[in-house]
Amino acid sequence: MTDATTDPRPTPLRAAHEALGATLVPFAGWLMPLRYTSDLAEHSAVRTAAGLFDLSHMGEIGVRGPGAAGFLDLALVGNLSALRTNGARYTMICAADGGVIDDLIVYRVDEAEYMVVANASNHEAVLAELAARATGLEVTISDDSPATALVAVQGPRALEIVEALPGLVVDPALGVTPATLKYYAFLPVTVDGTAGMLARTGYTGEDGFEFFVPAPVAPALWAALLTTGEPFGLVPAGLAARDSLRLEAGMPLYGHELDATTTPYDAGLGRVVKLDKIGADGAAIPFVGREPLAARAQQPGTRTLVGLEGLGRRAARDGYAVLADGTPVGVVTSGMPSPTLGHPIAMAYVPPELSEPGTELAVDVRGRAEPVRVVALPFYRRAR
Amino acid sequence: MTSTPPADLKYTAEHEWLSSSDPATVGITDVAADALGDVVYLELPAVGAKVVAGAVVGEIESTKSVSELYSPVTGVVVEVNQAAVDDPALVNADPFGAGWLFTVQVESTGALLDAEQYAALS
Repeated sequence: MTDATTDPRPTPLRAAHEALGATLVPFAGWLMPLRYTSDLAEHSAVRTAAGLFDLSHMGEIGVRGPGAAGFLDLALVGNLSALRTNGARYTMICAADGGVIDDLIVYRVDEAEYMVVANASNHEAVLAELAARATGLEVTISDDSPATALVAVQGPRALEIVEALPGLVVDPALGVTPATLKYYAFLPVTVDGTAGMLARTGYTGEDGFEFFVPAPVAPALWAALLTTGEPFGLVPAGLAARDSLRLEAGMPLYGHELDATTTPYDAGLGRVVKLDKIGADGAAIPFVGREPLAARAQQPGTRTLVGLEGLGRRAARDGYAVLADGTPVGVVTSGMPSPTLGHPIAMAYVPPELSEPGTELAVDVRGRAEPVRVVALPFYRRAR
Repeated sequence: MTSTPPADLKYTAEHEWLSSSDPATVGITDVAADALGDVVYLELPAVGAKVVAGAVVGEIESTKSVSELYSPVTGVVVEVNQAAVDDPALVNADPFGAGWLFTVQVESTGALLDAEQYAALS
C-alpha cells in the first residue's frame, strides 16, 4: 500500500512533463501527467495518429532463478512455463479465495528470467505476495521498478515512429524487427547503446509499443520520440486519455472492474485461468486460488461484467446503480461520454440473466434514470 | 496556467461567475473549466425557469468527471447559450466570453465574491 502521508514520487520524466505544461496529479503514490493540453485532443491523437505516454509508475518486478517458471505457475493463474522467451502474456494473481489481487502482464526474458508488470496501485501488494509465495523455491524476487522507466507509443502511426527513431538498434540475428514483432511479444533492443525492451503491448485498443528502459535514459528517449513522432501527429498523452481509451477498448482497470471480491470469471476473463495446467509430475498444478476458481468455473455466478451503451446524453459513472424496472440490480464500474463514439459508455456488473446484448436497462444518474442498452465489449475495435 | 479573474465580474465559491449587466450573464470560471477537462455535455436550465441562488440548475460533464452547476442568483432565466450547448468546447476555450452559460433576470443574489476574494480561494 502507498503511504498517503508521503509526497507522490516523481517519475524520471517529471521535468519533461513540466516543460510541456502538463497538469500533474497524484496517482497511486506517483506524480503523473493527467493531461498536457486537452483530454479529447490526446484521445483523438491516439485513435488517428499516435500518443506518447509515461507509464513509469507501473511496477516492474523481476523473477529470476532456475525455479522461475515453476514458481509463476504456482503463484499466478496462468501457464507461464509455456510462455516462450520474448513473449508476453496477460494474466492475474489471485488470493487463496480466488479474488483478484492484480492483473498483470508477464514478459519472459529468458529461460530462467521473467518480468512481471503490476499496476502502480498494487505494486507493493504484488511484490509482497510474490515474495511470500517464493519461500523455499529456487527463485529471487526483486523490485526493479525504481530503476526502470516505461514509455509507450500508441496509435496507428506507432510503428512508423518506432522505425524512424534514431538510436534504436535491433540485433539482426534475432530475425525480428519492430514491423514483424507480434502483438504480445517483445524484443531486446538498445537505445543509444543502452539495453532495453521493446514490447508490442498497450492499453489503448490501438497498435502500439512499450519501451522498458533504465530510468536514467528515459528523458533522452522521451525527447527523441517526441521529435521523431511529431511529423506523424504524435502528441504526449496523459492519464485522462489513457482511461478513456482503455474504457472504449473494453479493458478492465483494477479498482473498477477488478478487485479482491471479484474473480476473473465475474469479469469475463475466465480464459486467463488455466485450471488444467500440469506440472512436471503430471499432476494439476495447485496454484493459489485454484480450488475456489475451479468451483466458480462450474457455476453461472451471481454477476457478470457487461458493456452499457447510453441512449441519452448523461453518462453513468463508477458506483452508480444499474436499474431494471426501477429496481437496483447492479453497479457501474466505469463510465464516461465516449470521445470516439459520441455517446455515453459504461461497464457494469449485472445478474447473468440481464447480461445479454440488447437488454434494455437504466442507470441512476444522480437521481434520474437514464436508459442504457447492454452491448458486447469492446465498445471500440480498431480497423485492421 | 490560470489567469487573474476579470475584475468586473462577481463569483461564487463553486466557481460560477456573474456579470453586472441586466439581465446578468452566468458562466463558470477558467479554474472550473481547467479542473473538469474538456467539457462534452452541458445541461442548462430552460428559458423561463425560476432559479434559486445556491441551488443546482444544471450539469457540466467532461470525459473525466461531472460537476453540478449552481445558480449564483435567484431569478428567471432569460436566455441559454445554445452555441455552448451545441459546442461545449467553448466553455474551455473562452469561459469568460463565448463559453457563457445562461442569462437571468435577477431578483436577488446569494453570497458573492469579488475578483480578489475569488482569486484568494484558488
